[in-house]
Amino acid sequence: MGCPFAAARQETGIGKMDDQNDPVTMLLRLKDVRKTAHNYKTFQSGAVPGRIVIPSEVSIRDTRQIPFEVDPPEHGEYRGLVEAWFKRPLEEAYTSKLTQQIENALDEALSKNSLEVIEEMMLPIQSRALTLLLNTPYKEAETWISWGTHVFRSEGEALDADKANVLYDYIDKEFDKAAQNPSDDLYSALLNSDFQGRKLNKEEAKGVMVLTFAGGRDTVINALTNTIAYFAEHPESLERLSKEPKVIGNTVEELVRYFSPLTQMGRVVTEDTSVCNENIKADSRVSLCWASANRDESVFENANDVIIDRKLNPHVGFGFSHHKCLGATHARQIMKVFIKALSQKVDRIEILDHKDNIEELGEFKRKVGFHSLSVKFHSKKS
Amino acid sequence: MAKITFITSDEEKITVEAESGSVMELAVENDIQGIDGDCGGVCSCATCHVHVLPEFVEKIGEASEIEKDMLELDDHANEFSRLSCQISISPELDGVVLRVAN
Repeated sequence: MGCPFAAARQETGIGKMDDQNDPVTMLLRLKDVRKTAHNYKTFQSGAVPGRIVIPSEVSIRDTRQIPFEVDPPEHGEYRGLVEAWFKRPLEEAYTSKLTQQIENALDEALSKNSLEVIEEMMLPIQSRALTLLLNTPYKEAETWISWGTHVFRSEGEALDADKANVLYDYIDKEFDKAAQNPSDDLYSALLNSDFQGRKLNKEEAKGVMVLTFAGGRDTVINALTNTIAYFAEHPESLERLSKEPKVIGNTVEELVRYFSPLTQMGRVVTEDTSVCNENIKADSRVSLCWASANRDESVFENANDVIIDRKLNPHVGFGFSHHKCLGATHARQIMKVFIKALSQKVDRIEILDHKDNIEELGEFKRKVGFHSLSVKFHSKKS
Repeated sequence: MAKITFITSDEEKITVEAESGSVMELAVENDIQGIDGDCGGVCSCATCHVHVLPEFVEKIGEASEIEKDMLELDDHANEFSRLSCQISISPELDGVVLRVAN
């Protein structure tokens, strides 16, 4: 798959798109993306809630996602409260439960003649894995599965306020439960957190939960679904990984680079500035286009090829600097466990039908994943 | 076999040894505080940042361009900075001392 940003990245380093009358200057080169991500004073995240997201969520939510929509130094204080919690995926008990969940899902998929990967496999995997991250009962996943693939978006519509309300109402109720009967889940942990000499308030705690639900939903589903499509076309890679499981870590990083499950993230400019000879006015938006930066041919050799054992891979698929993805440990663990299980159990994957999910970003069109992907898994002969 | 000493931000000195692999892998295996190695060693996350003690800089060698670009935007970077995932363990590294940057 070529890169839709290649020509603009090489010629000017920027792209332009409109988004609900709040235009975006897209930064396309890896170095610019990194420098801009690092410079939180000029390129802020703590703008009006929802504005740094593209498409903008300003009209559908007021809750500030935390620590995502806060700048340093407060950002670091918030992040410090939850960082250890979000490293739990490295614990053996966590990985072992995750492995069980994913192997069950794969066994079920192998028993079917055909299945639609997103609805029948990835949404359940993502939702069940989230019960581990939140440390909530397994059965909660059924509610989340019923919400569909994107917490804020429904099929054919960019933004869906009703769906956002479903999530907010659900989270409110969970916090009420946690306040009455504290447990060892994330809701209770947040309500019990100390911030600047006081307890975290409910709106702040809610901001962390909304981020956790929204940030890891379609990103994880896209990453897993694209992984299926890749291995369907490259059975030799799956075969190699079954013999060399040590390479799986590199493969995860490479697939995250290549497919970049989140295309871009915005920042609001706090003062008149310029990037790539382009003047950018205060209070306008730029985006850090991870998807383009990850194909920057001045950094990555053979940038448009998947090299499953790529050694040097300074990608920004999980963002960069202060705001790098809080859920990355969880996401990486899901990908590692999933690819390992796939390489052990699956001989080949046959694609039966697919409907690509193409994002229209001004002058660019980018395939971020699939609306649907129907496949048949063929098991290894034992 | 190379013995490598890490000094953590708590000033704790820990000496561990290995024959091969990267310094980051050695640190993670031994739970050295401040070395996470989130990306597994592909130079993407900068969570394995160390400062090489001046007397060992020559032995350890210089960072590649890609590594320097990563370090350039790290708040704790200085002229002795390296990403430990990019340092391969060999017998020549025996005795080096690294200060964990984070």
